This record gives sequence, C-alpha cells and structure tokens, in this order.
Amino acid sequence: MSQKIKDASIPTIPVKARFSRWFGRNLLRIYMIFGFTYLFIPVAYTFVFSFNDSGKSNLIWKGFTLSNWQNPCGAPEVCKALGNSIKIGLLATIFSTILGTMIAFAIGRYKFKGRSSSNLLIFLPMATPEIVLGASLLSLFLVFKINPGFWPTVIAHVVFCISFVVVTVKARIASLDPRLEQAAMDLYANELETFRRVTLPLVAPGIAGAALLAFSLSFDDFIITNFNSGTLITFPKFVYVSAARGIPAQANVIGSAMFFLALAIVIAAQLVKRKRTR
Amino acid sequence: MAKDSISARGDLRLTRITKSYGDFTAVDDLTLTIPKGSFFALLGPSGCGKTTTLRMVAGLEEPTGGSIHLGDTDITTTRPYQRPINTVFQNYALFPHLTIFENIAFGLRRRGIKDVKEQVEKVLNLVELPHLAERKPMQLSGGQQQRIALARAIVNRPALLLLDEPLGALDLKLRRQMQIELKWIQREVGLTFVHVTHDQEEAMTMADTIAVMNEGKIEQMGSPADLYDDPETAFVANFLGQSNLIKGKIDANDGDNLVVDLYGQKISMSKKRSHAVDNSLYAGIRPEKFRISRLGTPVRGNTLSGGRIEDVSYIGVSTQYVVAMPWGQELMVFEQNDDGVAPFNKGDEVNISWEPNFTFGLRGDEDVDAGTEVNPEELEE
Repeated sequence: MSQKIKDASIPTIPVKARFSRWFGRNLLRIYMIFGFTYLFIPVAYTFVFSFNDSGKSNLIWKGFTLSNWQNPCGAPEVCKALGNSIKIGLLATIFSTILGTMIAFAIGRYKFKGRSSSNLLIFLPMATPEIVLGASLLSLFLVFKINPGFWPTVIAHVVFCISFVVVTVKARIASLDPRLEQAAMDLYANELETFRRVTLPLVAPGIAGAALLAFSLSFDDFIITNFNSGTLITFPKFVYVSAARGIPAQANVIGSAMFFLALAIVIAAQLVKRKRTR
Repeated sequence: MAKDSISARGDLRLTRITKSYGDFTAVDDLTLTIPKGSFFALLGPSGCGKTTTLRMVAGLEEPTGGSIHLGDTDITTTRPYQRPINTVFQNYALFPHLTIFENIAFGLRRRGIKDVKEQVEKVLNLVELPHLAERKPMQLSGGQQQRIALARAIVNRPALLLLDEPLGALDLKLRRQMQIELKWIQREVGLTFVHVTHDQEEAMTMADTIAVMNEGKIEQMGSPADLYDDPETAFVANFLGQSNLIKGKIDANDGDNLVVDLYGQKISMSKKRSHAVDNSLYAGIRPEKFRISRLGTPVRGNTLSGGRIEDVSYIGVSTQYVVAMPWGQELMVFEQNDDGVAPFNKGDEVNISWEPNFTFGLRGDEDVDAGTEVNPEELEE
C-alpha cells in the first residue's frame, strides 16, 4: 500500500468519484445549511423589511431607511398593542410560573391519591386545540357574566402556560438527586432551609426556562387572545388586523427586536453555563 | 427535644430495631451497641439491611419498631437535622451549585458557628486539599470529591460519623490508599465512625469491630481477627475469606478438647471453638492453615490422609492447591512459597495436616454454601 503511494505514476482518482466522496463527507453539513436557511429566511425577510422606506404598505422594497427603527411607535396603536402584550405576558408568566412550579413539586415529589391522573390532566390544555380552548373559555367567562378584556385574557393565558411550566419544571425536579436534600438535612438544615439553599437553587434554571417559555407563548398567542380580549388590542392582534391593509414597518422593527432579545438571552445563558462548568 | 438531641454524646444503642416495607423486613429485631470512639463496620451483602440501618441512625428512615439512643438521649423519632450525626454519602452528594468552601461550611453555617473560615481551612488541610476551596464539585476527581465529602461531615465534629460505602466509587488503588487515610483521620479526630460496606477486606482493614449482617440480622460481631479465626456460622466463615467445611461427628468429649470423626478419620479441636449444638458438626479450616505432605513424611497435629492433588495454581506469594479427598470433597489449600520445597504436582498422593487449634466448629445443620455466592462487584444498594 505505502509502496504504491510513493510511486510517481499513481492513477488519479476521477473527478466524479472525488466529488461523490466529498459530497458523502459533507452531506450533513449541506443538509444543515438548507435547514437553517429554511428556518431563518422569514426572520431575515422581516429584519430586512424593517428598514424599508415603505410608507403605507410594507410589501414592496422602496429604499433603505433607519426611520422605522428610530421611531418604532410611529405607526398608530403599535406601541399600545405592544404594551398590552407585554403586560399580559408578564402577569401570565408570574402567575403560571408560581402555580406551575408548585404543581410540579407536588407531582414530582409527593405520592398522593390522584397523582397520576393529575399528571395526565396537566397535559390536556397542551393537547386541546387552541381554538377550542379559546372558545370554551369565552363561553365560560360569559356564563359568569365576565366581559372579555384584559383580565380574562390574562386568566386564559395562565391556563395554557401552566401546563408548559409544569412539564419543564418537573423534568428538572426529576433530574435532581434526592440525596442532595438528604445531605442538607443531615447537615442541620431544616425543611425550609433545605428548600431555600439546596432545592430551589438547583431547580432555578428549570423555573427560569419555564418562565421564558411562558412569556413567549403568552406574547405571541393570537387565537385564545382573540376570543377573550374583546376590544383590547394586543401585538399579534394588531399585526393580524393590519395585515388586511398593509402591515406597517414598525411591526417588523418590533418583531426583529424581539428576535434579537431572545437570541441575546440564549447566548447569555450559554455563556453563564460555560463559565460555571469551567 | 431538638436542643437536647443535638448535644447528645455517648455510645450508640440500637434496641430491637425493626424496619419493614410491606411484607419485606429489611432490618429484623436488631440490637446493637457501638461504643464511643470506635471504628465500627457493618458488613454484609446487598440487601442485608446494613444501609437501611445506617439511614435509620441518620434519621433518613423511621424504624417500624424499636429505639435508637445516643448516650442517654432517645433520638428514634428526631429529624435528621436534630441529630449530632453526619453522613458521608455513597455518591458523596456534594452540592453542585456551591463551592467546595461553601459545601464544607454548610453545616457550620446552619448551626450559626462563628469561626467558619478558620474551621473550614483547618479541615481542608486535614484532607490535604486546601487549594480547591473555590472550585465547584464537578471540577474535582472522584478521590477529591470523596475527601471533600468526608471533610464536610467531620468539620461538624459529630458524635457519630456514618460512612455509606464511602469508597465504592473509587478504583482499587485509590481505595486502598483511602482506607489507610480514613483510619488515620479517625484516630486524629477521635470520632465514632460507623462504616457500611460489602467489601470484607475494606472492613477488616479499617474497623476495630465488625458486625456481619445477613437478611436483616447480625450473624456475628467481633474484631476482624475473631471473626476470621473463629466464625460462628457458615455465612461468616464464607463471607470473610474462604473456608473448608468438612462434615463430621463429635466422638468424644475429653476435657477442653473434642475428638471429631471426619469420614472415619479422627481429629481433635478446642471445645471453645465449637458452635455445634449436638453431635453433628462441620469442622472448618482456613485454606492457609493446611499443610500438604508426601506420604510417609512425619507430620504434627491433625492429619487427613488419602488426598490427591487435583489442581495447582501458582500465584507468586503462594501456591493454591485443590486436593480431592476420598469422600469426594475438594479442599482448598494455600501454601506459602517460602521453604524452597519443590511444589506438588497434579496427581500426587498426599496427606493434609494442620494445628488442632486452627479448627473451628459449626452446627451440623448449616448451609455450607451460605455467603459464598456473593459477588461484591454487582452490589449496588
């Protein structure tokens, strides 16, 4: 074998064979490039058109401008809608994270009658089509003579966010070694101190992840919100309504900003994690 | 109650402790006293109840019946954090989110001790890892984590330190080294250590007193030498080292000695070392106590004739022989390679002899295989 390589008259590998070998080696990479392109073209489109000097309709490229970014509240109502979405999102996140974490601890840590059925029931809001959940919540509110609006929307969001919080936090609790809590108790920490100094810090990343998930689910929910918010305008509703007569470029600005914010959070979390394990 | 139990000191007394899970009895009516300042080992195979016993002492399990006293204080139902007892857990259970310093300081801080920094530094020096104080547990090797787990427990100077298979996760070489270190640290700090293990060699190396447990009960308790030289049951004889158990009958009772008939050949043994309850007994002899001799060579002590070498394994410090006896049993014999005598070959006709005092006697109705089928490697409690 080595003899052959030293030989000056090595037969060259045909181009076709070389290409197919290269292709075989890089297939996964090519596939990945296609996959990410597919995922990110819409995002890139949104970002690029946030710089469009569009006027009324943001469908055709009319020239580059920074004015949309300088004045994100320029379009009528867009910032009011955004403000409502953020307020609803924050409230829904706080309530669903607190309640969901408590449920996750109950199901993950304690044996009680009806544990497995509550485990199953928790999944139901996730599995129910949003349109059904939204419509039934509306009729429920109407039965109790509660008019659609801000608080019914918050309550509706808490309903579907809880499931996601429970599932996320429960996974974290399941991976927690019970011996760590036993060790804390063995080292003179009572139940409360054990929870505060060992259990909670170890479950915290799961809770933080659940809160982020809850916020993003609440923030971009349209279907359930549309049923229960009445005349209140949220950001997704604003975009939907304005789609009929042309979405203002400010919507692209806000959408892109949200995307970069989320990206920044993910990168920051990775950096912190890397620093910790080092 | 809490204030009282935390300052309790003295011997640990378990009185008729029982722990059942449904139909299964993990610990069965166990009574045991562990003297203050001793290095005590609970030795037994997987599922023998030793870890459950330890967890009840720590307060992590509540006994179904019986009581636990530390000195004069009843601690049976007190919470783990109300007991002056600390545990080195099997997988160390170091807090991953805290630095080594904070791990060790954890118990001191919970009790509101003042000079935390000084004490943590002192114990880090004791385990020879002062440079790791600011690291996180994940950044440490297994051996280092083991020492930190030990430091985290002994810094509290508990009345009782519990070690649950503390060396199980270490490789053999490190384990040997830690055995010696643990023993040294125990002498240095003068605490009572209760050590749970399935490794008989580990228990014998470290402990002053060993309690051999089997199926929730204590089979025998004593110093390592007592247990090895004079086991009272077949389980102990087989679990601690290897034994040759030969079925026999007590023929005569001559003062301090017994004459025992082993398949027609008479031997004698000390009466004190017989645990038989009637005339039938198993004579037990450790393999290294046997001497092999060629036919016609004069020998001292007890002799069994008619043996034939079946197998020879040379392993350096000794040679191990399997000798087939006329009644069909195969005996293990370990001979030191120290006398320059040419080794025996397969098929040689030989006699086997030993000092009468090395014989121990077990009840004739024992299960001779008890304790032999235990593979320490597969144990994981």
